[in-house]
Amino acid sequence: MTNVRLLLRYNQSLLLAILLFLGLYGTYVELQPRGYDAFIANSNVNQGFGIAMVSMAQTVPVLTGGLDLSVGAVMTMVDCLASVVLNGSPLQLAWGLFVCLAAGLGCGLVNGCIVVYGRIQPIIATLATGAIFMGFALVLRPSPGGTVSGALSNVLTYELGDALPAALHARLFNYIPMEFVLLILVVVVVWLPFRRSVIGRGCYAAGSSENAAYVSGVNVSASKLSAYAMAGLLSAIGGIFLGLQTQSGEANLVQSGLLTLNSIAAVVIGGTSLVGGVGGCVGSIFGAYILTTINAMLQVTNTILWVIPASPLIQPLFEGVVVLFAVSAGAARVFWVRNRLELLR
Amino acid sequence: MTVPDGTAGPIGRPVLWEAHGITKRYGGVVALENVDFACSAGTIHAIVGENGAGKSTLVKIMAGVVRPDAGEIWLEGRPATFTGPAAAAAAGMSCVFQELSLLPHLSVADNIFITNPPRRWGLINVTAQRREAESLLAKLGWPDINPRLKIRDLSLSRRQIVEIAKMMARRPKILILDEATSALAAEDVSKVFELLLRLRDEGMTIVYISHRLNEVDRLADLYSVFRNGHHVDTFAKGTRTHHQIVQLMIGRHVERLFPPRPGYVAGGPPGLQIRNLNWPPRLANISLAVGCGEIVGLGGLDGQGQRELLLGLFGVLRQLRGAVEIGGQPRRIGSPAQAKSSNNRMALIPEDRKTEGLVLSLPVFENISLSSLRDLTTGVWIDRKKEANRVDAIVRRLQIKVGNVGAPVGTLSGGNQQKVVLAKWLLTDPRVVLLNDPTRGIDIGTKQEIYQLLRNLADEGAAILFYSTDYDELIGCCDRVLILYEGRIARELTGSDITETNIVAASLNVHSPLPAAVAGE
Amino acid sequence: MDQEAEITREKRSAWLVRFGQPKIDPPVATAFACIVVVLAIGSIFSRNFLSIGYLLQQLQVASFLGVIAAGAMVVILAGHIDLSIPWTLTVGAMTATAVAANTPFGDAGGIVAAVLVGTIVGLVNGVGAAILRVPSMIFTLGVNAVLDGLVVLYTGGFAPRNAATRFMNRIAVGRSILDIPNAVFVWIGISLIVAFMLRRTPLGRYIYAIGNSEGSVYLSGVNTRLVLIGAFIISGIGNCLGGVLLAGYAGQAYQSMGDPYLLPAIAAVVLGGTDVLGGRGTYLGTVAGVLLITLLGSMLSVMQIAEAGRQIAYGAAIVVMLLAYGRSPQRRE
Repeated sequence: MTNVRLLLRYNQSLLLAILLFLGLYGTYVELQPRGYDAFIANSNVNQGFGIAMVSMAQTVPVLTGGLDLSVGAVMTMVDCLASVVLNGSPLQLAWGLFVCLAAGLGCGLVNGCIVVYGRIQPIIATLATGAIFMGFALVLRPSPGGTVSGALSNVLTYELGDALPAALHARLFNYIPMEFVLLILVVVVVWLPFRRSVIGRGCYAAGSSENAAYVSGVNVSASKLSAYAMAGLLSAIGGIFLGLQTQSGEANLVQSGLLTLNSIAAVVIGGTSLVGGVGGCVGSIFGAYILTTINAMLQVTNTILWVIPASPLIQPLFEGVVVLFAVSAGAARVFWVRNRLELLR
Repeated sequence: MTVPDGTAGPIGRPVLWEAHGITKRYGGVVALENVDFACSAGTIHAIVGENGAGKSTLVKIMAGVVRPDAGEIWLEGRPATFTGPAAAAAAGMSCVFQELSLLPHLSVADNIFITNPPRRWGLINVTAQRREAESLLAKLGWPDINPRLKIRDLSLSRRQIVEIAKMMARRPKILILDEATSALAAEDVSKVFELLLRLRDEGMTIVYISHRLNEVDRLADLYSVFRNGHHVDTFAKGTRTHHQIVQLMIGRHVERLFPPRPGYVAGGPPGLQIRNLNWPPRLANISLAVGCGEIVGLGGLDGQGQRELLLGLFGVLRQLRGAVEIGGQPRRIGSPAQAKSSNNRMALIPEDRKTEGLVLSLPVFENISLSSLRDLTTGVWIDRKKEANRVDAIVRRLQIKVGNVGAPVGTLSGGNQQKVVLAKWLLTDPRVVLLNDPTRGIDIGTKQEIYQLLRNLADEGAAILFYSTDYDELIGCCDRVLILYEGRIARELTGSDITETNIVAASLNVHSPLPAAVAGE
Repeated sequence: MDQEAEITREKRSAWLVRFGQPKIDPPVATAFACIVVVLAIGSIFSRNFLSIGYLLQQLQVASFLGVIAAGAMVVILAGHIDLSIPWTLTVGAMTATAVAANTPFGDAGGIVAAVLVGTIVGLVNGVGAAILRVPSMIFTLGVNAVLDGLVVLYTGGFAPRNAATRFMNRIAVGRSILDIPNAVFVWIGISLIVAFMLRRTPLGRYIYAIGNSEGSVYLSGVNTRLVLIGAFIISGIGNCLGGVLLAGYAGQAYQSMGDPYLLPAIAAVVLGGTDVLGGRGTYLGTVAGVLLITLLGSMLSVMQIAEAGRQIAYGAAIVVMLLAYGRSPQRRE
């Protein structure tokens, strides 16, 4: 098999996710009643940015064969933290950003230590720590409020053209959403180097076969610890942007749960296997935007599947069904595994 | 046999690695007892012994995967304690195990350089890694393996080669191979042997573990025999005959007693009849019949479809094609529950008793009654008195050595654990009994009890089909032996035709009788 | 000599048959010890923390959690987990109140309807986990979201008129015998059923065995898929009955009634010594866990600690308990 064909085959889930996204987004653009413009593109990107970040966060622990049920809580907590510290002069803003990222990283490290050194199952461990982080969020913001720097928000949540000083301006930049640029920045600066590092590759190894990885001399503990730390860091970035977009902080339990659930669905849609060893953050980003595009489509059509009338009331049900189907995608395995004993392992 | 450090070993080479007084226990089982061992540079040192002799444990200690309970180890004259496989690898110990240590979802190149890849700016240099993998594989003699391929896309034979390449990439001081050639295709075996001989000539220390004496003969300069956790003897090539070596491996000359075979006389419909059983790629058109009261054995090399045949008969495989008849009646068996049902009354003693036959943390009596709970209920409740009586009766009949039937079954010895599995199935009063290598890893005494049990079952009219990797068992127990090769029946042996020579020949799919030396006699 | 050994062995098996495993699990003992500690701390902050009246009220509140935790425990024992507790509970409560108020079947019909709903949800969860082999924690989270959507659709965005009937109010809040709340008797009844099922029926044996090694149980000829579906159905019914009780307590069924019960239910099971991976745990432990969680919450209330503190306390309690008893074995062989 030629190397090109090999490349295609090994990335087929990612390519499928990209195609699905393009197809859906294209349909969405078609459905726009008043035509498509940069403003809509910008709000689309912003709508999905938070979920994209939390999905990237979820991806890394899943690669090691685990799961992090606290990503939504960390994101919410950092949102509340941002509503407290992310204000004032540029120096204060820089400090605020640092505090928020450090908080997320700290949460991630706590998760990692409990899973690696405590040797506790990730699902139950992160279910518990998620409650603790949510508790912290409630302590920071017992009721919705606070402020997040409007100036920073203006810079980071509109088009690229608005963010750059006049000297670097180009007409093209008026059409590129800033958060799109930031998304690419996060992938290039955070994800790709991690993936190419020995510790990052160790995450894939741990997910592929933890025993074999250990026997081969891979530092499985370090990789798993870093996986949960990354999850915390990426959730924190999502939390910062949630704060910037809403310009306030809210410790919303329901929203936190939805974020976690959507992150899992996006990870699965994006081609990362829930048993670990295969996948990546880029696929999860597409998975996240597929989810938000589907929901956005609901807002611009009148009917779902030409039969069911679309209304705001049906939105939560629709979202729930989509998520249920997405996570059940892994069930396809049941249909082609021919030795039933293997399913029980 | 101790070899003082620094001086020359039995054949005049400097000693590289040695150990004194190594002891290792797993729970109540002694894997190694006060073992001394040494290997020298520029030699191929073979370790031979039966299953459970302690070879694998010694190797795991050498590779740093396991720590000994007692004893000292020296590497190049200096004391060495390894905290884990990474430390051992860094010190120059490289081990190729039976269970491969490859990561199925990663590429060949990634696997070869999993711990020490070429780097650029702190990150893995993927192109350099690929190029180095290519050149390494070419140098070893396999230029056709594409380093971009994921391990899961390679055949078992190729995977073994990648495993060897991975070890070579670490420039080891000592290379250990534990049954490393078991999965290899014939031409690859020759290449590996050439490689090993070449490395030896270059001064590498090689430790080679195998139970195939003919292979070992082609390679080894030095032999060490292990038996029941003890290091029994070490000698140079050519100083012992095969017969003597086998004697050392077995110990006292134990006549393995098999219950007499009455000679099966066919009568009535067969207990089990299979026509054209198909399950690509593992099973191809298998047809056979087992009469009531007959013991039929399955032989052949590992992985020729024996496991799939038994699992398929028991309802575990999907899309199985072909016809199955029990007691003359055609039957569809779609699950083990159906196989066990009173219409079919089949039983399967599975391959791995720890993960497939028993629930280790549950008490002995709960394991024994697991398949027959329906019979022990009055209404909805379990009749505990009835259960206790049944369990006691079967424990006594099978002579299961257990102090307290409420203890977790994981605390029993291997032989007794297997007896619990048998007890469980005997309580279902089966008509057809399938067994997948039932005496693997079990002591001689229990083995004999199991043989007697099978003969009794057959005498009571059950049809028995069992797969064994032990030639003596096939010869001693079975009325007929079917050798499988690549999913089909290569040969059927009956009566006096069941000999080791014929079995080995048929297993290798060779049609003319082999010279006795190769067959291991 | 042989005879003596025989007799001793018979005696021992006979004793085991009658009494089962004699010792109390360390985690269960720890849970009861913690209950004592919490009672002590609570009594420092509030004079009547230890009064009969207050304790009976605690028992009443614990009963609601207890019914839910019973079902949660069964699923966890089988090696899975049911995270659809919040909205199954809510749907069950709404169905019961709606049927009781709007159909001629009345109260009995309402409760039957709730059981039916619980069975259906359990069936769906069971199919997802046992047949489609989607990891149960993910599938049940998805089912939870779907049920949430269904409730939003049904209530049409308005606060529903789902008032609890007098009967429901009576079983949840009323007291008939000895001034003990009726809810406690409901909990006791459910507990007896579940405990007996686990210890004395084949289903119970299969559940414990599957939680340890589903492969071995499958190869022993047990229909493991059916057992797992059964476990999820038990959980679904437990959740719905808990919802009915809660509706009776609050006087109505309302949208966010289920959210505060997921974490405490799981916490109660874990703190009671049930292994989160399945296969190990006693019902007595779950009872202790339920009491502990309820008392812990009340203790935090009298200490004037806000809701945030409760979340942190539950989460931390789970982590501490798991660190003490729930650790996987070390990698070394």
